[in-house]
Amino acid sequence: MNKISLIIWREYLTRIRKKSFIIMTILGPVLFAALIVLPGWFAQVEDREVQEIAVVEYDATNQPVPDSLQFFRNVIPDKSNIKFTYLNNTSLPVILKTYEASQYDGVLFLPQTLISAGSQATVEFYYRKTPSMGMEEHISKSLEKFLFSNKLIAKNVSTDVIQSLETRINLNRINWKNWPNKQEDATDVKRGLGYVGGFLVYIFIFMFGAQVMRGVLEEKTSRIVEVIVSSVSPFQLMMGKIIGIGLIGLTQFVAWLILTFGIATVAQEVFLPKPAAPVTHQVAPSDFMSGTQVSAAEPMSNPAANKEQAAELFNGIKRQFGQINIVLVIAAFLFYFLGGYILYGSLFAAIGAAVDNETDTQQFMFPITIPLILGLFVMINSFINPSGKLAIWFSLIPLTSPIVMMARIPFDVPLTQLLASAALLILTFLGTTWLAAKIYRTGILMYGKKVSYRELWKWIKY
Amino acid sequence: MYLFTASNIVKRYTNHLALDRVTMNVPEGTIYGLLGPNGAGKTTLLRIINQITAPDEGELFFTGRRFKPRDVTSIGYLPEERGLYKKMKVGEQALYLAQLKGMSKSEAMSKLRYWFTKFEIQAWWDKKVEELSKGMQQKVQFVTTILHQPKLLIFDEPFSGFDPINSNLLKNEILELRKNGSTIIFSTHDMGSVEELCDNITLINKSRTILEGAVHDIKMSYKSNMFEIGFHGDPEAVLNKLNGNCQVVDQHVERTNHFVKIKAEKNLSGNDMLNLILPVASVTSFNEIIPTMNEIFIRVVEAQNQQIPVNHE
Repeated sequence: MNKISLIIWREYLTRIRKKSFIIMTILGPVLFAALIVLPGWFAQVEDREVQEIAVVEYDATNQPVPDSLQFFRNVIPDKSNIKFTYLNNTSLPVILKTYEASQYDGVLFLPQTLISAGSQATVEFYYRKTPSMGMEEHISKSLEKFLFSNKLIAKNVSTDVIQSLETRINLNRINWKNWPNKQEDATDVKRGLGYVGGFLVYIFIFMFGAQVMRGVLEEKTSRIVEVIVSSVSPFQLMMGKIIGIGLIGLTQFVAWLILTFGIATVAQEVFLPKPAAPVTHQVAPSDFMSGTQVSAAEPMSNPAANKEQAAELFNGIKRQFGQINIVLVIAAFLFYFLGGYILYGSLFAAIGAAVDNETDTQQFMFPITIPLILGLFVMINSFINPSGKLAIWFSLIPLTSPIVMMARIPFDVPLTQLLASAALLILTFLGTTWLAAKIYRTGILMYGKKVSYRELWKWIKY
Repeated sequence: MYLFTASNIVKRYTNHLALDRVTMNVPEGTIYGLLGPNGAGKTTLLRIINQITAPDEGELFFTGRRFKPRDVTSIGYLPEERGLYKKMKVGEQALYLAQLKGMSKSEAMSKLRYWFTKFEIQAWWDKKVEELSKGMQQKVQFVTTILHQPKLLIFDEPFSGFDPINSNLLKNEILELRKNGSTIIFSTHDMGSVEELCDNITLINKSRTILEGAVHDIKMSYKSNMFEIGFHGDPEAVLNKLNGNCQVVDQHVERTNHFVKIKAEKNLSGNDMLNLILPVASVTSFNEIIPTMNEIFIRVVEAQNQQIPVNHE
């Protein structure tokens, strides 16, 4: 067997047999699903806690109003997690004074002068716990709606007319390119996929890059490295390690892919009812980020309807997936993961070679971590606006392109940009590998010396 | 014939000269000692021979021709700082290292079986290296170094870290390897092992060769006509006889046995000396004092250190 393949094989074998790898492979999809679902779930849990809000109403002369004279009585509907109590003839200071003992979580103060307010008005809300965005929106929307119709009534518009005024608009996004074929828009699924892809690349680069570094460090500190470089060249050893660990990453990815599809299929079979008829209803496009919040704020309906809804959502997602070039997405993932991983992995290897122990890695980790984290932030912006200038530029810059391009890839990326990004990435990882090899070669045999950047520069020039 | 030759090797590091035109000729089938104080450049030279670092100037020859990169498979190297993958199993690791040296798996397997049996370490095959004691690890490492029957073996401080028993085992193994045709270069501080094992040596100090040649020749060239004579009889009479021809360096008595250490004049042979004193004393012992390698080492290194203080470029 060729020497470099021996090294690759050893790196691969020793890692794939580790318990941590097996556990990670099985738990990965679960953890990943949890990472996506949990924040929404937490938001929901938080929102379920019922808050009681007292509403105090004053008349135009600044006096508390009894029940019978309240304008705003029942204007703001209760929700599953918010209850409004309209206080009878209660003055604001009286109720606010009871802060310690009061049963209320908040006090909303509504002066009747609000009815004649212009285009802007402010309402005081005294809170114990900072109100959630959902709650704020509920209160102001309800009041706005009430005031709006009230003003129309004042202008003698009939209530029938007022009710007919309202129309809810769902924007149906249709890809112009496919006209006249009006395909169901898959933007949400694309965004989700882009986000997951970019995030995976980020995690993988970090996880496996760090493994490269620790592997090099292990060889250095255990002093086996000198024995090995008397049989193979340092470059072969470094590349063997990078490739071997990269293959572990690929194995993990493929395993996760299979497991995820498996779990999804099983989940569909077991938990969701079969669709009775072809679904004609449009899945409401909602913002990916606020989606969980909106649904969380909605009252719980009965479980059967819930199940139906879930099935509808699931099938919608499945249909939308059909529009995405999955092969391209997976190919891009493989390319950008490998490219980014080799780029950063070689730098991680150089760090491992330059230092004597794990604590010394910190100072060199910093400049490598910065572009990676920057990439993650830009990616989060990019999956919302995948054709923005920011997204385009950072998907070309090789230090961030593996992460950012993944967020763009489900949307149609112009071929020229894709090729330019790929070419730049390849050139850069060749460059970093060359650079890393120079540091590596000198570093692995250097002990007991705290290395500075100036020293590294000397090794590169040497 | 020389199995290995390093000729005029120069190696510079950023602010010091590690090797300054060092030349070394290693005859085939011999044990060659590379001596020198700490920091003299021994490890650098050994790394150059192993193609781990490249020399800035100079050339290496192997079996009479220029050294080729793939010749490293004909070398077995035991670095001063020993090391194995701690989490890897002993057998697996030995197989891996053997294959890196170009052996096939089956060949490596049968050789390993032989050596593991010989060293009685078969039971360790499935153990992780970290479960072994340091001495055990050294044995494993030694086996992996010689397994591929390299023409040239390079041991950097092979005896450091070995207990006397294992040290002895190692010495015997090195002699055995020479008997079987291997050529061995080893660096050491242990002058005793040099006298026991080495055929030739090179002594490096401050990046330069300051002494080289066959151990026997070197010792002969450093002897200074010193003798120690043990006798029964009157020491006065003996010293009187020797006076004028020799210089008495030291004398002492053990029970009735007198000993004198003398430095003879150039043209006075041992026989002459005996002829002088036999009439007045009965001689119990007569030795020519030949300097040990240790003494030569110290003498040569100190002499050079006084000449040139520090070698900086």
